[in-house]
Amino acid sequence: MTKTFRLDGREIPFKEGQTIIEAAAAAGVYIPHLCHHPEFKPHGSCKLCTVNIGGRLGAACTNHAAEGMAVESETEALNADRRALTQMLFVEGNHFCPSCEKSGNCQLQAVAYHLGMMTPHFPHFYPARDIDASHPDVLLERNRCILCELCVRASRDADGKNVFGIGGRGIRARLIVNSASGRLAETNMSVTDRAAEVCPTGAIIRKRHGFTVPIGQRLYDHHDIATQLPLPARRGEGRGEG
Amino acid sequence: MPDYDVCDLPGIVARWGNDPANLVQILRNVQESCGTIPSDTLDRLARLLDVPRVRIEATASFYSFFHAESHGAYEILFSDNVIDRMAGKAELKQYLCERLWLEPRKLSEDGLVFVDDTADIGLADQAPAMLINGFAVPSLDKSRIDLVAELIRARKPLAEWPPMLFEIPDNIRKAGPLAGEPFTPGSALKAALARGAEATLAEVDASNLRGRGGAGFKTATKWASCRKAEGEAHYVVCNADEGEPGTFKDRVLLNSYADLVFEGMAVCARVIGARQGFLYLRGEYRNLLEKLEGVLARRRAAGLLGKNILGEPGFDFDIEIHLGAGAYICGEESALIESLEGKPGKPRNRPPYPDTCGYRNQPTVVNNVETFACAARIAERGGAGFAALGTPQSAGSKLISVSGDCRRPGIYEVPFGVSVRQILIDCGAEDAHAVQVSGPSGTCISFREFDRRIAFEDLPTAGAFMVFSRSRDMFEVARNFTHFFAHESCGFCTPCRVGTSLLRNTMDKLAAGKGSAYDMNEMKHIMHILRGMAHCGLGHTAANPVVQTMEKFPDAYEKRLKRLDFEPAFDLDGALATARLITGRDDEWAHLADD
Repeated sequence: MTKTFRLDGREIPFKEGQTIIEAAAAAGVYIPHLCHHPEFKPHGSCKLCTVNIGGRLGAACTNHAAEGMAVESETEALNADRRALTQMLFVEGNHFCPSCEKSGNCQLQAVAYHLGMMTPHFPHFYPARDIDASHPDVLLERNRCILCELCVRASRDADGKNVFGIGGRGIRARLIVNSASGRLAETNMSVTDRAAEVCPTGAIIRKRHGFTVPIGQRLYDHHDIATQLPLPARRGEGRGEG
Repeated sequence: MPDYDVCDLPGIVARWGNDPANLVQILRNVQESCGTIPSDTLDRLARLLDVPRVRIEATASFYSFFHAESHGAYEILFSDNVIDRMAGKAELKQYLCERLWLEPRKLSEDGLVFVDDTADIGLADQAPAMLINGFAVPSLDKSRIDLVAELIRARKPLAEWPPMLFEIPDNIRKAGPLAGEPFTPGSALKAALARGAEATLAEVDASNLRGRGGAGFKTATKWASCRKAEGEAHYVVCNADEGEPGTFKDRVLLNSYADLVFEGMAVCARVIGARQGFLYLRGEYRNLLEKLEGVLARRRAAGLLGKNILGEPGFDFDIEIHLGAGAYICGEESALIESLEGKPGKPRNRPPYPDTCGYRNQPTVVNNVETFACAARIAERGGAGFAALGTPQSAGSKLISVSGDCRRPGIYEVPFGVSVRQILIDCGAEDAHAVQVSGPSGTCISFREFDRRIAFEDLPTAGAFMVFSRSRDMFEVARNFTHFFAHESCGFCTPCRVGTSLLRNTMDKLAAGKGSAYDMNEMKHIMHILRGMAHCGLGHTAANPVVQTMEKFPDAYEKRLKRLDFEPAFDLDGALATARLITGRDDEWAHLADD
């Protein structure tokens, strides 16, 4: 007999060791998230997937499903808090969607649409962050980095390269690369790396592929991110680039 | 004390077993012997340790005490807790800078001195205080600053400075079973060995001992779970990363009662079957390192550490001291373990908890310094006597670190259940208006609540007890704490990374006279997000000082509000400053009308 737990009143089957978000995704139920990716080790930093697990709040991507567990996700209160977290991600960086190549394929933007975020709400930090255009094929646009560490995990675990890391602390945390000069060109990053396509925002962009699909015809221009489950594992198709 | 410009990198790496898990210690040694950790050192370390440079840089850039640029021959960091400020820290810092002709946060022109602030350094009873090249100098006043300035101008090496500058009295005002009563090294271990591991655990259980770090988890439950857990090795970790502003009890325990602490660790090792222990000592307590190494050496010589302890075949246990490097978050047990493993101190996803998956993913007990001291007493004297003191839910005594507006700041060992009022009477705080119990992450109580009790069931505390008199501005107290949390957030999770900075900025906006009721609501909103969604305790509690002072001292906020509805953070007139500079105008018409 398969084990199940309740998610917003619905019975969700799960396999032993599955996290809440994995079991939900397998059942076609979307829980907002940004740092989670089914192919990589759970991280639990963006906190967007926070759900109510029997009266206690916890990240759906790091908490394991358990028999008989009662989980709430689609509540007005949780979505309001998720909206606030998304707004925090917007104001801590410099996100100018109209001029961003990732617009329409960007998960940060798509989650904001999904949650009905109409304004950034909080005062902008306008941080001074570096752009690294040194690499021949890959652009690093730190203004758009949300510190989800997907590129860190992909480079380490899938590419076996350790191109990326997080330096600094607190609001000064920043994406760093594995070279003495601090420039991407001096790393062994390749455009075919998993790390080059896993970024949920426009922080890591392939060069010379700009606007091949016009804005207005992109993935999330017509489809709510919630309907895009399960995440395709296809490489180089649609999701990673414009 | 360190010699400068001597940096034997291979030697340092070899001393730490060529093990990348000791990276924080390696970087500390590099910093202490070279004065900086330059970029090319990271590359050399990457090669020596055979780990990617990016991981070394991640660790090197996480901790406050590591820096790539030179801080000269004398790095002076003023402790910046609100208690230091109340004792005149800002004026003394200014005075020192004037004496030395330099600006804070900027290396002096001659490349000799660097002056900055740092988070509370565990000397609130002797505020204001500072660190010079990592060594604490307490009880600053103008004459001490004059002396420091003279020594620096004479370029005297730190080793030749008068020792009295570095003397730190314990200030024990009220003694008890931990601080004050004599202890014979080995007596607790002997009793534990005679009793056996199972029965010793039963005594700890009967004592009702709960963790002294503030959270109050039952110690015997933690030990029992770790004892049961399977692994290649078990570890004992003593959390001496006493970073909560206003706390300094562990400083005193380690300075004068280190045997009690180390013996408690050995008793724990016997119970859980560990062979290796760590004392994670906060970097700010660097001055205690040699003394503690001496205690460990003495204990090894006496057969109380090492192989076959007290002649018991197979009872092998030793303790290694690791120093922190300026990161409050490492007081969180899983962040501490990350730091012990040479990584940035970011709290892990839990479960699993350290008792089953801790240091090197092995079963690990992490307890506070004071908890181990209690455990030694329990092993020595039995659990019943311990449980007889205090309240049914909070057994034993508690070390309280009293500071602020009182005549006798220092350590008070009190039975749990004591009222705040009693401590205020004992320490001579006649004019107390508010007390911050257990530091910024704890509880702010007003004069209306002084009958509340220090106990897990009422006011749980790790020990800080900061007293504020009627003349103090509780808004400024809370503002100081928001700066502290924003500085110490590890940056891992969104709510804390962004939320603590938003709180700090909003408090600064209010301080600048630009606040409104809207900002007050915003801070409550941010608190709600932090409490529900942050990754660890730092984030959960980071807004407490603001929300509690707002509730208990509303006047301190209301007098700062410019309007009751909304006032933008953006200063339109201020934004015109560049234009005024370019046009050389500063007349009335070059400014926006102030309504």
